[in-house]
Amino acid sequence: MAQNKKLVLIADDDSDYLFQMKMFVESFGFEVITATSQREAEYIIESTKPDLAIFDLMMEKDDSGFVLCFKMKRKYPDVPIILATAVASETGYSFGINTTADKQWIKADLYLEKGIRKDQLHKEINKLLKI
Amino acid sequence: MENKVKSLVVMVVDDEPGIRSGVSRILNNFTVSFPFMDSDIGFQVIEVGTGEEAIKEIKNKHIDIVLLDNKLPGIQGTDVLEFINKNNPEIIVMMITSYASLELAVKATSQGAYDFIPKPFTPQELKSSLENVSKHLFLRGVTKKLKQDGKEIRHQFLSVLSHELKAPLNAIEGYLRIMQEKQAGSRIEDYEQMIERSLQRIKGMRNLIMDLLDLTKIKFEKKTDKFQLLKIKDVAQYAIEAILPYAIQKDIKFSLTDDDEVTMNADPDDLEIIFNNLISNAVKYNKEGGSVDINMKSENEKIIICIKDSGIGLNNEEKDQLFNEFYRVKNEQTRNISGSGLGLPIVKRVVDLYNGDIHIESEPDRGSTFTVELPK
Repeated sequence: MAQNKKLVLIADDDSDYLFQMKMFVESFGFEVITATSQREAEYIIESTKPDLAIFDLMMEKDDSGFVLCFKMKRKYPDVPIILATAVASETGYSFGINTTADKQWIKADLYLEKGIRKDQLHKEINKLLKI
Repeated sequence: MENKVKSLVVMVVDDEPGIRSGVSRILNNFTVSFPFMDSDIGFQVIEVGTGEEAIKEIKNKHIDIVLLDNKLPGIQGTDVLEFINKNNPEIIVMMITSYASLELAVKATSQGAYDFIPKPFTPQELKSSLENVSKHLFLRGVTKKLKQDGKEIRHQFLSVLSHELKAPLNAIEGYLRIMQEKQAGSRIEDYEQMIERSLQRIKGMRNLIMDLLDLTKIKFEKKTDKFQLLKIKDVAQYAIEAILPYAIQKDIKFSLTDDDEVTMNADPDDLEIIFNNLISNAVKYNKEGGSVDINMKSENEKIIICIKDSGIGLNNEEKDQLFNEFYRVKNEQTRNISGSGLGLPIVKRVVDLYNGDIHIESEPDRGSTFTVELPK
């Protein structure tokens, strides 16, 4: 039943990654709405409440994902958010997500390194949605 | 090279003897080789059953890599990890975890573990994990050496570079996985677009690598041995020809004026970099049916080159960031334009090399004019 499908918002400026994530998440039986920029995602959030959101960290700005997390949690505190990035953790590039204080500020429910396998993603989404 | 790594010491910390002896067996005859290394890397394995023993070994011996089980009889794996972070941060820790839980992964990596091996693992999984770690250790050694030589590596640059290189790899890997698992069904036609996109991303990556090579070619001081008297107009003409196929598709008209017949003593490679980048940008960021006007003149002791386009233009914030490495203007209009974000920083470096100056005038939706001034 289409009206019972949960809605997942995915924001990423990499059109290929967005396409793949959309394909994955749709195959899990969710409805997907996509945004290719922080601005577009903010616009969608204005009028739509998704059941879950997956945000890329670096879009127009280096911290687009953080900003989106912040805005999203302020508007819909109960919607879980996955923050995804391709930045290699071993390079030491600071996401600012290492300390507890930062985690509180960022408010993402899960942080993911890009390149996640489909089944793993499915498991994580189900866990966050308590399915 | 004295820093040659011949054998890495791996300590496996696990209370299951089977795991320990398995690791020893797998690694004993395993070597890693890289094309850029003059010797292979082998592994020497130390087996311990508890966290307490592990800490004792770390205090007494040189250890490169620790394979660490989290569930141990006494102190836990995370305690050992904490000890290592505090006292021997140079040791690479790989967590062995019986359930491939992402949560524990994130927790351990945020606490300093380098990677994970889910248990049970196949010999191949263990080997490829250690291959990655060895490469990392080797590169770390090289980086350290470069730093000692006074060649400070620009960390930020490398971080962003790795991001720029990883993004296309992730995209391509994703498509390949979809194809491997036939997620869009069994008709090859349904995958054509994914193949096309993968090829596009590879092309983008190749361009980035070419730009990186350009960046390394730029000398840090002006060397005059390749200098020759150049007709600037010729260099501009070559750059136009290089981008012409694309310009024709977009129906872009060029005009080239050179009333003073400007000549300059310069390295042709350097001027080529300037013109190729500025003219190809003027086309790429232009509108359908737009124009690119190139004008050059001689003024006092300077040569002034203006490249004016009728393209999408830049706002002030974009203008400020334009010469930063990897900066790319991101909006609706630029989404399908590929670029490495290195073109203008490279141009700037060349212009600086000649003690010249580059500046931009621009208006969103009207176009931009890049002006380069070079002393004669």
